[in-house]
Amino acid sequence: MIKEAIVEFQDFSFQYYSQSEPTLHDINLKIFAGEKILIVGPSGSGKSTLGHCLNGLIPFSYRGEIKGSLKIKGFETQGQDIFKLSKMVGTVLQDADGQFVGLTVGEDIAFAMENDNVPQPEMRTRIEKVARMVDMQDWLTSSPFELSGGQKQRTSLAGVMIDDVDLLLFDEPLANLDPATGKTAIEIIDDIHKNSQKTIVIIEHRLEDVLHRDIDRVIVVNDGRIIADMNAHELVSSTILTENGIREPLYVTALKYAGVKVTSDMLPGHITTLKTEFSRDALNIWHNAIKQDMRQNTNSSILEMENVSFSYDGVRRILADINFDIREGEMVSVVGKNGAGKSTLSKLLCGFEKEDQGTIRYKDRDIQDQTIKERAEIIGVVMQNPNQMISKAMIYDEVALGLRLRHIPEEQITQRVEKVLKICGLAPFIEWPISSLSYGQKKRVTIASILVLDPKIIILDEPTAGQDFRHYTEIMEFLVEINKLGVTIILITHDMHLMLEYTPRAIVLAGGRKIADTAASVVLTDAHVIEDANLKETSLFNLAKMAGIEDGTHFVQGFIDYERGLKNR
Amino acid sequence: MNMKARLFSYNLIDTPIHRLSGLTKLICFLFLTFAVMFSYDIRMILGVMLFSLLILKLSRIRYSQIRLMILYVLIFLLTNAVISFFFAPEQGVSIYGTRHNIVSLFGVTTLTWEQIFYQVTKFFKYASVIPLGIIFLLTTNPSEFASSLNGIGVNYKAAFAVALTLRYFPDIQRDYHDISLAQQARGLDLSHKAKFTDRFKNSLLIVIPLIFSSLDRIELISNAMDLRGFSKSKTRTWYTSRKLNKQDYFALAISALIFVATILVSVFVNHSRFYNPFI
Repeated sequence: MIKEAIVEFQDFSFQYYSQSEPTLHDINLKIFAGEKILIVGPSGSGKSTLGHCLNGLIPFSYRGEIKGSLKIKGFETQGQDIFKLSKMVGTVLQDADGQFVGLTVGEDIAFAMENDNVPQPEMRTRIEKVARMVDMQDWLTSSPFELSGGQKQRTSLAGVMIDDVDLLLFDEPLANLDPATGKTAIEIIDDIHKNSQKTIVIIEHRLEDVLHRDIDRVIVVNDGRIIADMNAHELVSSTILTENGIREPLYVTALKYAGVKVTSDMLPGHITTLKTEFSRDALNIWHNAIKQDMRQNTNSSILEMENVSFSYDGVRRILADINFDIREGEMVSVVGKNGAGKSTLSKLLCGFEKEDQGTIRYKDRDIQDQTIKERAEIIGVVMQNPNQMISKAMIYDEVALGLRLRHIPEEQITQRVEKVLKICGLAPFIEWPISSLSYGQKKRVTIASILVLDPKIIILDEPTAGQDFRHYTEIMEFLVEINKLGVTIILITHDMHLMLEYTPRAIVLAGGRKIADTAASVVLTDAHVIEDANLKETSLFNLAKMAGIEDGTHFVQGFIDYERGLKNR
Repeated sequence: MNMKARLFSYNLIDTPIHRLSGLTKLICFLFLTFAVMFSYDIRMILGVMLFSLLILKLSRIRYSQIRLMILYVLIFLLTNAVISFFFAPEQGVSIYGTRHNIVSLFGVTTLTWEQIFYQVTKFFKYASVIPLGIIFLLTTNPSEFASSLNGIGVNYKAAFAVALTLRYFPDIQRDYHDISLAQQARGLDLSHKAKFTDRFKNSLLIVIPLIFSSLDRIELISNAMDLRGFSKSKTRTWYTSRKLNKQDYFALAISALIFVATILVSVFVNHSRFYNPFI
């Protein structure tokens, strides 16, 4: 049987009118009906642009010059409008909140049908049916505020499946989900693929998480070109991933550290298919040879919460009886699923909200009576979205803002701003407008604008959300540098790599309570904590089990220590 | 979700008023508003006002939700009253055709009972629209509101734009709140201690990030809508639109009755739009 190509790019190039260079060059790619494809690539590689070409946002919403041909189901897309394309290609965007058009689940699923003038009774039966497919049938009257991130995403999925499209396109489906929900999302996509035979295209840079289930082909995009088009096993055992700034699965990294030559015969594409019989000895030898990192932070306490409880409405406690003690110079992550109380915790620390009970101490001194402004001298907070903080046009002014508001003489300001910009690697841009910076650089500007106030503690909310491996590493290494200067860093995150690689200690919240406060390697291997905090077991732990290493937690810790040893060399 | 941060948004509770269709509420709102706008009969106006306060109570809207809005409107109405007195102090006399002086002010103008009566009437006339507007905005589901607007002939794109604005109000408020806190942590002083000009400049430090983060939001939602075929045809159907039921007709009948009654009173009792107690 000859397979039918549902998507066919031929010598396809695209250049945004606003850019001086093409974003996509000479793309030649065929996707066959019923295939499940993963497109990976670092930020700015052109993978999202490729997705926009498939769903018609290019050239409908984003204008530019197209060369070559792109056919979907045999029709040249340039001759069609976005509406015709939307009947063939259904798109689930990455921000499940932002794409929620309706006020309730039912209404959101109905949106495409409303635009098609489908009469109400028919709408209701079709919604009922499609909601069942994504298991949202009991939530039809719920508003987005009542839903979890995963439920919102499933609603969006139902909203595009209502049209019986041929191809489902997922644009970074994992970006805003916690690890457990992300895992479920990949399973749902896989189930839909198996049950409906629809063609699936997933655009994502978190390779390992997508490879939780089968993928027919992985396409690697970088600098606007297709670098590779192969199956997961071949890709993972090649050098393409590291060369193109995509994180390889952690278990593959561990195998390489152990000196194992990873080949496609070992079926290393998925941890579940990996054959370990040849690597077992190497792993054991490597593991036993790792020198344990015995360094302990023995500094005195800098920030302490004692029996802190908080509630917004006086009824439901968002935080209950929280106790922890952070030492000076520590780098700690606070993890837990959405609604576990992480953001509220940071609001209490900054004085944005007042605790109902309990005490917060800075260096053994109660800071209850300090205003937001006074606490800001000690504790700085960096919000997740840099656009929520930036209020000046020029980098210098933005960083100087906090000092100017404190009426510090301008010559001192210049000195301090220059110093901070140097630390943040932004010194060459001192006279640049902020609008010319990339997202990651903007993030740095916001960190710089807090750092300039010389706080002793910095809280960062999801500092690496939506960042590819290179930017992630850049931001985190930068934070490590700041940490080495003596600044205590608290990271609110659900990124498990971040926890494992950068924070020796993790505080885990679930349902407003602290359920763990220990090493990241312990957290990510403890089944109860993983379950309660919507985390996911790290693949290193699975690898340890497969290699017959009994103490999996110890193995994970060994990996962390080994990696840190490499970095410190 | 921080309830403290939400001031003004559609609230989902189940009351007879919430259950009425959006179209009904829109038409009733228009009927009653026209009634008080047409009539200068304080008895009718106070009647409508009492009626709407009753409905406000029935729809279980909490005072804390609307305090700020009421405050602003009252300030506006009072300034308006003072200004209109100084611009047209004889308006009452010319309308009611009599003159009952109370006191002479600053030797240039005289305060009359006619003027007071006229201005009190006018004050309540405008004031009575407030509870009506509040009820309509806070008990109508924005999507249903859009479908009702579309139902009475407003272009659906415009109707949807209105609904989206209402729908994103709480989100934008929350953003505002978060940004404001973060900027305060950088040293921004929003308290009354700061000078007025500083406070104005400082508020820009919140508004600018708010605009940029809202623009992100708008780009995203408009892409999401395009991808699902919004605006492809001249008409659309509405998942939330409802057929009118008995309660709806009942509400429509009452408000139509009030409207007709005000007109009849004006025509047959007062023989003018004004009620004149001075003759």
